[in-house]
Amino acid sequence: MSVVTLTVNGQDVAVPAGASLLEATRAAEANVPTLCHLEGLTPVSACRLCLVEVEGSSKLLPACSTAAAEGMVVHTHTPRLREYRRMTVELIFAEGNHVCAVCVANTHCELQDMAVTVGMDHSRFPYQYPQRLVDATHPQFTLDHNRCILCTRCVRVCDEIEGAHVWDIGSRGGQCHIVAGLDEPWGQVQACTSCGKCVDVCPTGALFRNSDTTAEKQPNTTLPALLRTAREQRRWHNQ
Amino acid sequence: MIPTPPAAKLRLATVWLAGCSGCHMSFLDLDEFLFDLAEKVDVVFSPVGTDVKIYPENVDIALVEGAVANVDNLELALQLRQRTALVISFGDCAVTANVPGLRNLLDGGHDSARAVLERGYLELADATGQLPFAPGIVPELLPKVLPLHEVIPVDLYLPGCPPSAERIREAITPLLAGERPVQEGSAMLRFG
Amino acid sequence: MPVTPQLRCCDASGCRSAGGQALRRALEEARDAAGLTAEALAIKPVGCLRLCGSGPLVACDGPGPSQLFGGVAPEHAGALIAASVAANDGSAAVSDDPLAAHRLDLSDPFFALQQPVVLEGCGQVNPESIDDAIAFGTYAQLHRVLQELTPEQVRDEVRRSGLRGRGGAGYPTGLKWDTVALQPPGPRYVVCNADEGDPGAFMDRSVLESDPHRLIEGMAIAAYAVGAERGFVYVRAEYPLAIERLRLALQQARSRHLLGNHIDGTSFNLRLEVRVGAGAYVCGEETALLLSIQGQRGMPQPRPPFPAQSGLWGAPTLINNVETFTAVPAILRQGGHWYAGIGTEHSKGTKVFALSGAVVNTGLVEVPMGTPLRTVVEVIGGGVPDGSPIKAVQTGGPSGGCIPAERLDTPVDYESLLELGSMMGSGGMVVMGASTSMPEVARHFMGFSVNESCGKCVPCRAGTVQLAQLLDRFVEHRATPADMERLDALCQMVKVTSLCGLGQSAPNPVLSTLRWFRHEYEAACREPAACVAAGGVER
Repeated sequence: MSVVTLTVNGQDVAVPAGASLLEATRAAEANVPTLCHLEGLTPVSACRLCLVEVEGSSKLLPACSTAAAEGMVVHTHTPRLREYRRMTVELIFAEGNHVCAVCVANTHCELQDMAVTVGMDHSRFPYQYPQRLVDATHPQFTLDHNRCILCTRCVRVCDEIEGAHVWDIGSRGGQCHIVAGLDEPWGQVQACTSCGKCVDVCPTGALFRNSDTTAEKQPNTTLPALLRTAREQRRWHNQ
Repeated sequence: MIPTPPAAKLRLATVWLAGCSGCHMSFLDLDEFLFDLAEKVDVVFSPVGTDVKIYPENVDIALVEGAVANVDNLELALQLRQRTALVISFGDCAVTANVPGLRNLLDGGHDSARAVLERGYLELADATGQLPFAPGIVPELLPKVLPLHEVIPVDLYLPGCPPSAERIREAITPLLAGERPVQEGSAMLRFG
Repeated sequence: MPVTPQLRCCDASGCRSAGGQALRRALEEARDAAGLTAEALAIKPVGCLRLCGSGPLVACDGPGPSQLFGGVAPEHAGALIAASVAANDGSAAVSDDPLAAHRLDLSDPFFALQQPVVLEGCGQVNPESIDDAIAFGTYAQLHRVLQELTPEQVRDEVRRSGLRGRGGAGYPTGLKWDTVALQPPGPRYVVCNADEGDPGAFMDRSVLESDPHRLIEGMAIAAYAVGAERGFVYVRAEYPLAIERLRLALQQARSRHLLGNHIDGTSFNLRLEVRVGAGAYVCGEETALLLSIQGQRGMPQPRPPFPAQSGLWGAPTLINNVETFTAVPAILRQGGHWYAGIGTEHSKGTKVFALSGAVVNTGLVEVPMGTPLRTVVEVIGGGVPDGSPIKAVQTGGPSGGCIPAERLDTPVDYESLLELGSMMGSGGMVVMGASTSMPEVARHFMGFSVNESCGKCVPCRAGTVQLAQLLDRFVEHRATPADMERLDALCQMVKVTSLCGLGQSAPNPVLSTLRWFRHEYEAACREPAACVAAGGVER
């Protein structure tokens, strides 16, 4: 296996060729924050939290979808990156209806955690209070659009891991929202296998089990990576 | 903004705007620390500490709980800003409008006051429902519930629903020594 | 062109909307009434005659110099036929010329300073006739390329020309072609980006409506040069006439074996199809456009991989703009050196601009790169109609910026416009007079970006919404100095952190107006004291 070596925050790291910058920053324990990224799913570079500075590049590069290359000099926590990350998280809070106190995901929410990580003590951008709906038509699960941050993990896990492709995105800009099937009530989508992977990987309280109430949601975000590895390396217990 | 270490006691206020008073309950959870606090501050205005009705002049630190939801909240917020050296946005309602702000979802946020009153007093009422109207007695709702910092400049944010007593103590202790608390990490910052 | 007596009637969208079709019918009736045959006096529908603001336009050809008439109504048909007859039998113009008010001076700088390369055939050929196009020389270069040149030689010529992408970013075309051609063996695609969506831009539409065969020839040459056998023209649905003419032209080209298998008796095959967009501006972004062609949601993807490496169905894909492809036949005919001799050191050739706004001459302009902006808007454009000074010129649409009057002597090229905080963009150029409020201009464009953001990345989806609201505060004179700081900071953030070009350039209209017209923003701030007192509660 060939290896590339690079520098992350002054620390030399070696990662397998083909590894992402994100893996390289993790090798250096640099704690680059991510929200849309999830191990085992295709990176989409949508949340922009993992942007890093690479010397010689005039642009900030998303660590999740940029390949680590030999000799790269990477900075992950410069003052401007910290500031942009905080602004990004403020923008996410401001565009949805995120009320941690009354959320199923309270204390288990990646967005709530991210606010702490980026040092957001308040939002400098006024909250938008968009009018959003709740889809409670599925017998086991609920989709609360108010808490959705459009990370598209549910879209990807359903498409790439479960193979059902129940979810997609409708509309554009601030009107973007997750749609089930052909923009139908979730409970009517026959393609849905009710596997619950979308609920498990949802970083917020947007997707939850009907039995969960405030602060009771327990996500399981390691599932996609486990399943993908198992499939690719044929690591099944019964073989 | 941060008051210099006092020769005399600091003048502390706690204010209750549109919130559930949970932040004040958490403040009371400071338990024996309240004795230490009492040695260092004079509580000059507080729903849980004094019976003063008019916000006094020359306050050093104010912990302001709650969002700004009605004209009384607004008036008090503007007044306390003018009379206070250091204003702390105390708890999620003050910081984000939180649960009181949920009424902003009605009517696209244009006039959620009207929408919430109609919902509560007419749509959900029996045949005798009527809108409350008592000028000068029941404060009028603002069209939109706002976090404190959208109304007045805020010096320090203490999120949490409620902020734990520990978090309150960790924030107040440095202030008593004339220092700014380090607002970092889950212990100090988490919403909810 | 042969000097058969003819009247060329503009039949592109602009003149159509001004009544061009009724005029042409009236002309045909008047010709019949005058006892003339179609052979004696041809009345030919053509594409854009440039001065769109004075439509409908009619050009009159005879042995002498052509004449051009503008704003002519059907009741002038008889007089136009008479003028045409007079021009052809050499009789003197009548003293009380009923068309005097409609006669346009072709020696006016608007026409005289233009250098048609891309627009060579626009206004000359009948866009619905392949015979007319071939008679004009279209497809001659495709023929020559296929018979005489290797793909490498074609790419050499394009590289020599110094042509850069006309979609706005200005990437060297030859380099892009090489990148596609040099990918490992396998299928390749050519794609024409005709999703022209910038407000104030209508260059590509005009080319498609006026000379579609020229574009097809350019694309076929490109396909040959990079080894592609299949291609798509992605046109926005808002251009129905362009789509209709392009489809007709493709059909005609197929029936003449200029497309299909064994083109021109060689082993070169090419299938070209039209794909119609569904109204999303972001589909002009190349990675989103490619997804849309493949039937997926048009959302930009991180690059690399670039389309030249992995585009349609994972295959190397050459994607160029209409104007870029359309310039190619002329480059091959005249040689890359000839093209490189036009323009500036780093921006070669000519550029088509769509001139509009507060300007006397509204229309299509093709000038050498490096022409001073002042020449374009004041000399060619004729300045502001009421004679007042120009305040600013907006280039590059919602991705560009406003260039202030004091910088009008800047040469129009990629680098100079970038330096001023604007960009070439696709070629829309909107002139603004003294009464234009710059915060309002910025808000207008930000509103556009809010509506057209695809919603994928946070800074563009949520940041533009906040920017638009901040700009509202300036437009409505309730901003505070803190809003100014917030505006600056958020513009920078959205510019630097957005995923694709749309988001990255969305703050440009604000940044450029902040840079050149900051005083207008400052004047829109309330007194800080007043802000605190009022508490911003009316928000």
